[in-house]
Amino acid sequence: MDLPMMDRRGFLAAGGGLCVGLSLGGGRASAQGFRAARGLSLGEVDTFLAVAADGRVTLYSGKVDLGTGVRTALMQIAAEELDLPMSRVSVVQGDTLLTPDQGATISSVSISRGGVEVRRAAATARAALLAAAAREWSVPVEGLATLDGEVRAPDGRALDYGKLVGGRTFMLKVDPKVKVKDPASYRLVGRSVPRVELPAMVTGQFEFMHDVRVPGMLHARVVRPPAMRGRLGEVDDSAARRIPGFVATVRVRDFLAVVARDEWAAIRAARALRAQWARWEGLPDQSQLWASVRASPILRDDVTQNVGNAPLMLQKATRVLRSTFDFAIHTHGSIGPSCAIAQWEDGRLTCWSASQQTHELRRQLADMFALGADQVRCLYVEGSGCYGRNGHEDAAADAALIAREIGRPVRVQWSREDEHVWDPKGPPTLIDYVAGLDERGQVTAWTAEAWIPQGQSVSRATLVAAELGGLPTDASHPGSVQQHLAIQYGFPNIRSVAHRLAHTPFRPSWIRTPGRMQNTFGNEVFVDELAQAAGVDPIAFRLRHLSDARAAEVLGRVAKLAQWVPHEATRPVLQAGRRTGRGVSYVKYELVRTYVAVVAEVEVDVDSGAVRVTRVHVAHDCGQVINPDGLRNQIEGCVIQTASRTMVEELRFDRSTVTSRDWASYPIMRFPDVPDVTIDIIDRPGEPPWGAGEPTAAVIPSAISNAIHDAIGVRMRSVPFTPSKVKAALRAAREAGTRG
Amino acid sequence: MARRIALTVNGRVSRIEVDDPTMPLLYALRNELNLKGLHFGCGLAQCGACTVQVGAAAVRSCALPVSQAEGKPITTLEGIGETGRLHPLQQAFIDEQAAQCGYCTGGMIMQAKALLESNRSPSDEEIRRALAGNLCRCGSQLRVLRAVRRAARAMA
Repeated sequence: MDLPMMDRRGFLAAGGGLCVGLSLGGGRASAQGFRAARGLSLGEVDTFLAVAADGRVTLYSGKVDLGTGVRTALMQIAAEELDLPMSRVSVVQGDTLLTPDQGATISSVSISRGGVEVRRAAATARAALLAAAAREWSVPVEGLATLDGEVRAPDGRALDYGKLVGGRTFMLKVDPKVKVKDPASYRLVGRSVPRVELPAMVTGQFEFMHDVRVPGMLHARVVRPPAMRGRLGEVDDSAARRIPGFVATVRVRDFLAVVARDEWAAIRAARALRAQWARWEGLPDQSQLWASVRASPILRDDVTQNVGNAPLMLQKATRVLRSTFDFAIHTHGSIGPSCAIAQWEDGRLTCWSASQQTHELRRQLADMFALGADQVRCLYVEGSGCYGRNGHEDAAADAALIAREIGRPVRVQWSREDEHVWDPKGPPTLIDYVAGLDERGQVTAWTAEAWIPQGQSVSRATLVAAELGGLPTDASHPGSVQQHLAIQYGFPNIRSVAHRLAHTPFRPSWIRTPGRMQNTFGNEVFVDELAQAAGVDPIAFRLRHLSDARAAEVLGRVAKLAQWVPHEATRPVLQAGRRTGRGVSYVKYELVRTYVAVVAEVEVDVDSGAVRVTRVHVAHDCGQVINPDGLRNQIEGCVIQTASRTMVEELRFDRSTVTSRDWASYPIMRFPDVPDVTIDIIDRPGEPPWGAGEPTAAVIPSAISNAIHDAIGVRMRSVPFTPSKVKAALRAAREAGTRG
Repeated sequence: MARRIALTVNGRVSRIEVDDPTMPLLYALRNELNLKGLHFGCGLAQCGACTVQVGAAAVRSCALPVSQAEGKPITTLEGIGETGRLHPLQQAFIDEQAAQCGYCTGGMIMQAKALLESNRSPSDEEIRRALAGNLCRCGSQLRVLRAVRRAARAMA
């Protein structure tokens, strides 16, 4: 892990090749031309791949594997397009010096964007390899073919890619219209190629971020304020200094850390440190959370959809339905707390972390320390599963600040409490829906109003160390959490608005399916309520308002998979005992990509209020499938993780800080409660590949809520669906004496 | 005052020096013996990512003082098999692709190994119960269940 500071040109030169380009035009670019070439433009083949003299190909990916299997999938795509055995492909991920900035690894776009970029670059490279061989042999390119890492001529001659271009650069623009392979000829794409990391993972040989060590490295622990915004007073480190291995106490304004020679000494020293912190009680009273969300000043309103005149049609409606949905604050809950290493050399910063957005982190660290971006290098090393912006970037900033203060490389390992308390959170979400119906039960108007944190298009969270240390940092922007307030259903009048709020209790972040999960929860439960009001089967009702053949197919396929029996949605409120129920939900992700329809099955115990999610059926259409088993793994993960978030997860806090500090105070779903999952994948090899890391998660909370209604006749509109909330909903329904 | 402790790990005796005999075994295994198949997850014996076997029992190495492990046979993920000579559980986890990020995987395998050594053909419920203290956030549990069932068949 001791990498030299070297740019990509130097890196390629050091690989032993000639600094000479090979271009499609037949001319050879000069070494001068190569040096003059720009950096890692997304328009250059060399940005994405390099062929070594031994014929091995290295892929350079700004998109990183967060445990999703995307490394394997990208290798499949590149090896397929280049006609290479996969064993000859390796991947460099997320290194800001060597990989292009393809945006953060978020939003399920590593395949739809990253994979397609790699595919075009590889296809352009393959065309160049064919042309180079044609020139070498002075034969027409049309008769040549590529196979197993060689260009082959009809007369049996063959040239290995390594011999053709090994060690040199392509000096070639990616051709956006390049002819890619016909899916009918695929050998790797579309197959369940095993994950390349697994043999190392099951034998303890895989190197996670947490395993990285650099020469001369010390271990640090950050000592956190007992309140989220505590100012630091006196520090007494006399007891810490007596611990063998203690090296230093680091204080930068309110940022406090201890450094030691070994990890356990750092932990002991952190515990031994005595610090005085000012009291701070600026968090809202959790029992009044939703009132405080509603009371937050609105900075602006984003109108996310406006069709016809919904407010007017609501006034004219024969019947009006109103529902309010809320979704609790969640923590990411990665099993391995964040970890990073930082090292300063000659005023330049090198930082190893498991950040999903190393290029953005580089900008943030450069701002924090008033450096040029070229003076910071961030390297990606896989960490514990990452589902959004958790603590990795903060651990990186911690390490960078401590390493700067003591002049040695530093490793920072967050504790479990650090991670639970200090990772940025999935913000509280509140949505009001109103729908108008005419005398026949037809929907004439739909309105949605959401209360969500302010945000800009760039997803970014404030660095804690910068904030505590009084150093420059950005405001937090939780990404596109307004997505899916707009709906696909063709109601004649629709208006949805996102109130972007000035205040939210914690640094707002994005966690798997950010906003899309919360908004789809409201949409798809409210649609079920409308189906119920219309007296129509929930699947039939959805189909009636969708004019999209792929939507109809996923809904039809999930109905078949679940052996759905069409039924009118009204259910009596169950008075006692247990009953099972099934609920449907559907989404076209962000209205432009992956289609998912699910049917959730639950068993509800009315007396205890306990709900068990027993099975979830999923029909999934993300276009061309790269790796079917990898896709299934992502879908299963979406279901299980979101079932956990829906059923049990809620961050607890007092007026000063987070009180959900570990897995006892913030439980997640365990093995005995995990639902079974059945999946029907619709593969469309001729269509563009979309994503699967998030879309299924979007529909799980609503499917479970709809299933609970099907079982016991009450609507759950507040995540998580705890037994006490189920019982309260039953009580309210009985008192109202109405039918669900 | 540093103290010398002899640990018997994967059949081999290693002597380490510790300043604090209450230091959890995890730090000795990871930082002194350079074993990376067990991971730090919570330090509270709540998640199972650090699971090793001490004798036949699956133990959370993050909560066991290193001095209490002295003299006892400790087995880590590295000690149960290697590439080309995998333990049936390791093979089954590959065959079932029973991981996403893989951070909890080592602990799952060690927990399952302890189970299968005490119960050769556990029911689905028994496997779920035995793994209830091992957390997976990515949602690979169904694959892990399949892998443990597969390994149980292979070991029968």
